[in-house]
Amino acid sequence: METEPAGARSPRVRRLLARPELAAALGAAVLWIFFTIQAAEPFLSRAGTAAYLNAAAPLGILAVAVSLLMIGGEFDLSVGSIIGVSGMSIMLLTTHFGWPLWPALAATVGLCLSIGYLNGIIVVRTGLPSFIVTLGMLFTVRGLTIAISRGLSGRTQLGGLDGSTGYEAARFLFASSPLPPFRVSVIWWIGLTAAATWVLNRTRYGNWIFGAGGQAETARNLGVPVSRVKISLFMTTAGAACLVGIIQAVQFNGADTLRGTLQEFWAITAVVIGGTLLRGGYGSAIGAALGALIFGLVRQGIVMIGVNADWFQVALGTLLIAAVLFNNQVRRLVEQRR
Amino acid sequence: MSSDPRLAVREISKTFGSVRALERVSLDVRAGEVTCLLGDNGAGKTTLIKILSGVYGPTEGEIRLDGTSLQLSSPREALARGITTVYQDLAIAPLMSVWRNFFLGAEPLKGRGPFRRLDPVRCERIAREELARLGVQIADTYQPAGTLSGGERQSLAIARALHRGGRLLVLDEPTAALGVRQTKVLLRTILEVSQEDVGVILVTHNPHHAFPVGDHFVVLRRGQVVADRAKDELSQETLIQLMAGDDLAAGPGGPAA
Repeated sequence: METEPAGARSPRVRRLLARPELAAALGAAVLWIFFTIQAAEPFLSRAGTAAYLNAAAPLGILAVAVSLLMIGGEFDLSVGSIIGVSGMSIMLLTTHFGWPLWPALAATVGLCLSIGYLNGIIVVRTGLPSFIVTLGMLFTVRGLTIAISRGLSGRTQLGGLDGSTGYEAARFLFASSPLPPFRVSVIWWIGLTAAATWVLNRTRYGNWIFGAGGQAETARNLGVPVSRVKISLFMTTAGAACLVGIIQAVQFNGADTLRGTLQEFWAITAVVIGGTLLRGGYGSAIGAALGALIFGLVRQGIVMIGVNADWFQVALGTLLIAAVLFNNQVRRLVEQRR
Repeated sequence: MSSDPRLAVREISKTFGSVRALERVSLDVRAGEVTCLLGDNGAGKTTLIKILSGVYGPTEGEIRLDGTSLQLSSPREALARGITTVYQDLAIAPLMSVWRNFFLGAEPLKGRGPFRRLDPVRCERIAREELARLGVQIADTYQPAGTLSGGERQSLAIARALHRGGRLLVLDEPTAALGVRQTKVLLRTILEVSQEDVGVILVTHNPHHAFPVGDHFVVLRRGQVVADRAKDELSQETLIQLMAGDDLAAGPGGPAA
């Protein structure tokens, strides 16, 4: 029968190489070194570091949640529109209806989670691809946000959140800078990454996410409540988008119906750079966080080295394709029989 | 306590649209015995398994487990009632590690409250040991299950079911992907398991694998039971004839085409 040759490389090394976030970690390191060499002065400074971390944080919060969903085998293209509705819901409830801020935040979270639930229940019940369902939801939610905002207030941008009761506490929680110039959103980002990683690797629910994405039928036969897992994941991405909307509304003291536009694609980009497979069943939250870090590094670094910011999308698009090619190669090497 | 069989299937029928997949099927499975369910492709074996494991319900008829009526709404519920099924395909998630596959859906936890968590070291060890029991040596159970051979995957699924235990173990074509040695080990293990107050249903179309381990044989053809006999009531040759559709062996009451 098959006998195992004593492995030349230890299982630990192979496991490390098999980590989905390998390419993202290497990519982030290479970019960091590159920008350090090219523009050490602004880049390595405290302000420079804060610039790219602050830029990465909102996307990071979003991408970490999206990575869980994508590992669970589904897409969510509606997150950008949920960022938009989150901000406008807060602004309308406070400035238009005169609610105190905290009840407005609670209602907004409830609204966003309901949208996530709706995404999930439609996908699970109809069996339609989540790509289509959430694409439909993207337009529906964005359109409703614009229509209702204009209908109620006559405007698509609202400001003056600082006038509402409870603003100071919210500002501390969502938009302060405990270690200036680092924003508190960086802490949210890191905290959520740690929580998602714990969930994926150390909880029963995490194992169910992998199972639901990797082989839903098998998982169901083994007793995994696949539908519930998927619905909860859609609610997680909606919740993360809601949080980003809240952070931005508090930070900018107002909201815009178009806020969050294209964030769904940036999130998927970060998640895929982070090594999560499009077909699900494989991936990592740390990878998604590193994908967001790469986004921040490129966005800020490119300006610091004096390149026109127009090149940002070119760089990120190229990195996306390179990361996926690299991941495929490594996976092929590692997934040989041990 | 010999009155109630572990599983009593009574007159169950299943129709899909106009197709009648099962027609008034009855059979008993006793604890401590291996009941072999035989039949050609399309005989209704898979339909019966899926009803027993909660994937869907019967159109008519009743199923009793240890004397209590069984109304299953999901595979999760079937598992909770002690019915464990190993499917021929769809047994593993290829990108998940071997140990994660092994515990999928029934992960053991340690710690308390919000710190309840998986214990990879323990899971890894148990998965490796349980696979070794079936004669499969895996050096690193962190490797994706998709890297295993067909036989090893099958063994993984079976080892998982054996480890979970339960009152009724349903094995769908367990020997299909196995080599000669692994088949031997598996059949021996099935015999061992059935001694432990478990009712085993072995679904197969291979009478050579069924005969040595089975205590009692049920042959399905076109959705109907055409024979239901204890081991001492038939020979391996008769069994093969029954499966081949030789109605001489089936006796009166065999199906009219």
